[in-house]
Amino acid sequence: MAEHNGHNGHHVTSVGLYVGVFVALMVLTAATVIVANFDLGWANDVVALTIAVTKALLVLIFFMHLRHSTRLTVLTAMAGFFWLAILLVLTLNDYFTRGSVSILGK
Amino acid sequence: MSTSLTDTHAAAGHHHPSLQHQFDSLEQQKESSTLGMWLFLVTEIMFFGGLFLAYVIYRSRYPSAFMAASHTLDWKLGAANTAVLILSSLTMALAIWAAQVNKPKLIGVFLLVTMALGLTFLGVKTIEYKDKFTHHHVPGPNFQWHERSDPNDPDFADHTEIFFSLYFIMTGLHAIHMICGIGVLGALVVLSRKGRYGPEYHNPLECTGLYWHFVDIVWIFLFPLLYLLGAHAK
Repeated sequence: MAEHNGHNGHHVTSVGLYVGVFVALMVLTAATVIVANFDLGWANDVVALTIAVTKALLVLIFFMHLRHSTRLTVLTAMAGFFWLAILLVLTLNDYFTRGSVSILGK
Repeated sequence: MSTSLTDTHAAAGHHHPSLQHQFDSLEQQKESSTLGMWLFLVTEIMFFGGLFLAYVIYRSRYPSAFMAASHTLDWKLGAANTAVLILSSLTMALAIWAAQVNKPKLIGVFLLVTMALGLTFLGVKTIEYKDKFTHHHVPGPNFQWHERSDPNDPDFADHTEIFFSLYFIMTGLHAIHMICGIGVLGALVVLSRKGRYGPEYHNPLECTGLYWHFVDIVWIFLFPLLYLLGAHAK
């Protein structure tokens, strides 16, 4: 789509859509606050992070214009989060499995 | 506004005042600055990512101390600041919209509102920090913990101190980013009043917007992890 009318990059997002995204972000904020006031055990973290990721995606796609960005820009953004995933997964894989394997002499 | 290929070349031929000589067209220039800004944001993702990683590791080690320490934060203030920051993201996006639809005066207005909301956020943060100092919840030699403890954890106070260390480093680093952003917004207000930005050229607004929204995203994760963690604790 960007190829067709990308000469000046003029994809103007309407004010209505921006306000709609804002309202969605506020509703999600209210939802995460309400859920946090109940003790759901491990489910608290699942709900909080699911809502946070949803909010982040709304900001990335609409406010940060990723939906109208070129493929190279989208790839760059995704690469950032992919490397973050490497950092988190590999390090936590180490920390969370220490002691689960017995080492001779230790 | 619809432009054909010839229009773009004509614009380049006219030497749009904002088109730098190393670029063929405004479009190429915009693409370069957007990509460059995103590369910077990738480094920022890793920068904050390391701190989030530290949070996950320590919280998994000392869950009850983190819960109790988080409970001392006022989630109502945190939620209010979340709303302020999301609203500032909206006004930042609207500043770019104003440039796109060629309403130069509105650009400055939306940028000023964004700055005001950023300063409001920092003001609330100052109140919260001051509260931490009065309660001796600032990590260091004067740190004290008189709240709830856990009989299974003899070093409970030390472990709550780790939470507050992460709290101050993460929210402090976030606040420094806000201060930088507000400074850049101030410069943009001046430049927008000189009529630098319009439908054809508003790269500085776009890049500052990317930065501002990124800082918003960091807060979107800090808020539940720091404030809401202990919201339901007794």
